[in-house]
Amino acid sequence: MSKTVTTRDSGDIKIIELHGKITIGSGDLQMREGIHAALAAGAKKIIVDMKDVTTIDSSGVGELVGCYTTATHRGAKLKLMNLPPKISDVLTVTQLITVFDVYNDEKDAVASFA
Amino acid sequence: MNGVSTPPIVLWLSSRYANIELAEALLGHVCRERGLNGETEHWIGMALREALANAIKHGNRQDPEKRVLLTIGGDDEHLTIEVGDEGAGFAPEEVLDPLAPENQMKTSGRGIFYMRTFMDEVVFSRGETGGTLLTLKKRLGTTSTRKGAEAS
Repeated sequence: MSKTVTTRDSGDIKIIELHGKITIGSGDLQMREGIHAALAAGAKKIIVDMKDVTTIDSSGVGELVGCYTTATHRGAKLKLMNLPPKISDVLTVTQLITVFDVYNDEKDAVASFA
Repeated sequence: MNGVSTPPIVLWLSSRYANIELAEALLGHVCRERGLNGETEHWIGMALREALANAIKHGNRQDPEKRVLLTIGGDDEHLTIEVGDEGAGFAPEEVLDPLAPENQMKTSGRGIFYMRTFMDEVVFSRGETGGTLLTLKKRLGTTSTRKGAEAS
């Protein structure tokens, strides 16, 4: 089975790539663990790449909100990029799209930390 | 009920999140059989996921001994999904509005909102086993699959 979360670095930015379903009981927890691990390692600039996310449910959205809050409390910034239309819709209907910093591509997302 | 009824598919599922995948696959089969497009199937599938997650998590408290009833049926005008749990019942009016500013950053409480956004009818009632019976309906032949998104 392929991994739900992979991470890589771009300078001092930690990029967390999500894959597949970010849903209750599986992907949601893996996403939280991946982001929390980055925070525990001292990351202050985090970009969550959602290009390969096929589905996110309310549990996944809730975990994403929780991770955003945790990051903020630890003095880190968590931003999103490459949202597929359906994922963007899920965040839009609950008005969370206005909470997160969302970028269309990695170039813009990385540049936003400059 | 209008139109010609289709014999429903009835499943009893144990209270495990893994069964949500099974149910979604079954729903996909039904949607394709009825000629629904992938976009519509996706949003109905999301509503189904939320309904089953609620039944397993909040209704049956993840007790594997308790079951979730899933019925997929309808007629030539609607796709109807029923999800029943064996929990203690549920008061949907007590669920907080996830759009209220004070709730926006909460980590839970959006599932019912998503169901109401992506389906045409969402009705909570008392099931025969005492738990909650949730009925979701989607009108067939409509292109509006994301009511909330289109209205925003």
